[in-house]
Amino acid sequence: MKIAVASGKGGTGKTTLSLALAEAITGGCTLLDCDVEEPNCHLFVAGEPWRQLPVEVTVPEFTNDGCDGCGRCVRACRFQALARLGKRVLVFPEMCHSCGGCVLACPHKVLREVPFGIGKLEFRHGRGFELISGVMDVGHAMAPPLIRQLKEHIPPEGLVIMDAPPGTACSMVMTVRNNDFVILVTEPTPFGLHDLKLAVETLREIDLPCGVVINRADDGVALIRDYCQEAGLPVLLEIPYRRDIAEGYSRGGGLLAVCPDLRESFRTLLNTQIPAILQAEGRL
Amino acid sequence: MKVALTSRGDSLDVLLDSRFGRAANFLLWDAATGAVEVLANTQSLNAAQGAGIQAAMHVVESGAEAVITGHCGPKAFRVLKEAGVKVYLTKALDGHEAIRLFQAGELKEADAADVEGHWA
Repeated sequence: MKIAVASGKGGTGKTTLSLALAEAITGGCTLLDCDVEEPNCHLFVAGEPWRQLPVEVTVPEFTNDGCDGCGRCVRACRFQALARLGKRVLVFPEMCHSCGGCVLACPHKVLREVPFGIGKLEFRHGRGFELISGVMDVGHAMAPPLIRQLKEHIPPEGLVIMDAPPGTACSMVMTVRNNDFVILVTEPTPFGLHDLKLAVETLREIDLPCGVVINRADDGVALIRDYCQEAGLPVLLEIPYRRDIAEGYSRGGGLLAVCPDLRESFRTLLNTQIPAILQAEGRL
Repeated sequence: MKVALTSRGDSLDVLLDSRFGRAANFLLWDAATGAVEVLANTQSLNAAQGAGIQAAMHVVESGAEAVITGHCGPKAFRVLKEAGVKVYLTKALDGHEAIRLFQAGELKEADAADVEGHWA
């Protein structure tokens, strides 16, 4: 079973929930930190990574031999990653989406594809789970290829939890696609509701089943509950708005250290609630 | 010698556009004759990314040997530099003032980009 934790709005508790789910489940699981621009699951896991893998994409390199300045490569590029100056081509690898179009378009074979590092994968042993984090190098903007390579390390069996990047753009979609279920974490604020709606619309567009966890639930929680009822979305759990939870998180302790009683709720969520929703929707 | 000025309009009377890649127009001013030709920058204005690179390529292709603008980012600067096009940065308000400063030798040639990528 593969479950992504996404949100729309940032800072609603994706990482808190992802880590708590991974710790709560018995029998172990794999946690992927797909928020590659700002991965933070590892802050709650002691120790250095036991394995690191570089992540590369391919970008064109100008070989200078036989270019007649036809400009086909520049016209083929949708991303302005190439500039032609007479019979020379300048490459801007940070603009490149690695589509290979320029290399195909060049009739004189003066462009070739070379590896270009954009980040790394880090493997750590967590408390009862394996953590694999995608880490993009500072200054790079191509999160989806890094997330794609991170997801190649999903084990063939067992529970996998993916901590998604905020928002509803390419990197979020790249994370949630091919998951069995998406948990949307939100908070009872107008901003939280607004971005929750965007996330729900995105998931419905790509036909992924989802449920909602309301974090920092206080007396304004009806805002989210009412929307969920209207939209036919199951509210899976409400995590109370409490100072001691924030303090525990700030100390790197995680949610279960402060609220051990939630462990059972998380197990029920994973073992009972989600399978029941999938069954009711005819997806299991 | 032709000089490309970034402009918000289509003549030297109009305000200069302080941006290079996303400038409305380039005015190609011919130093020998004083003639001005308008080069639209529509394609770069509409580009999702890489406006500076594309605009710089167009300026190079126009045959301009120098650019007068408000600011220039790193990628556009690299293209212009590789092509041997000189970059002059100015706070001049309109084209006439910029050309007067240029002719008086009061504009200093930029040796690097003065703003980060994706500025403004």
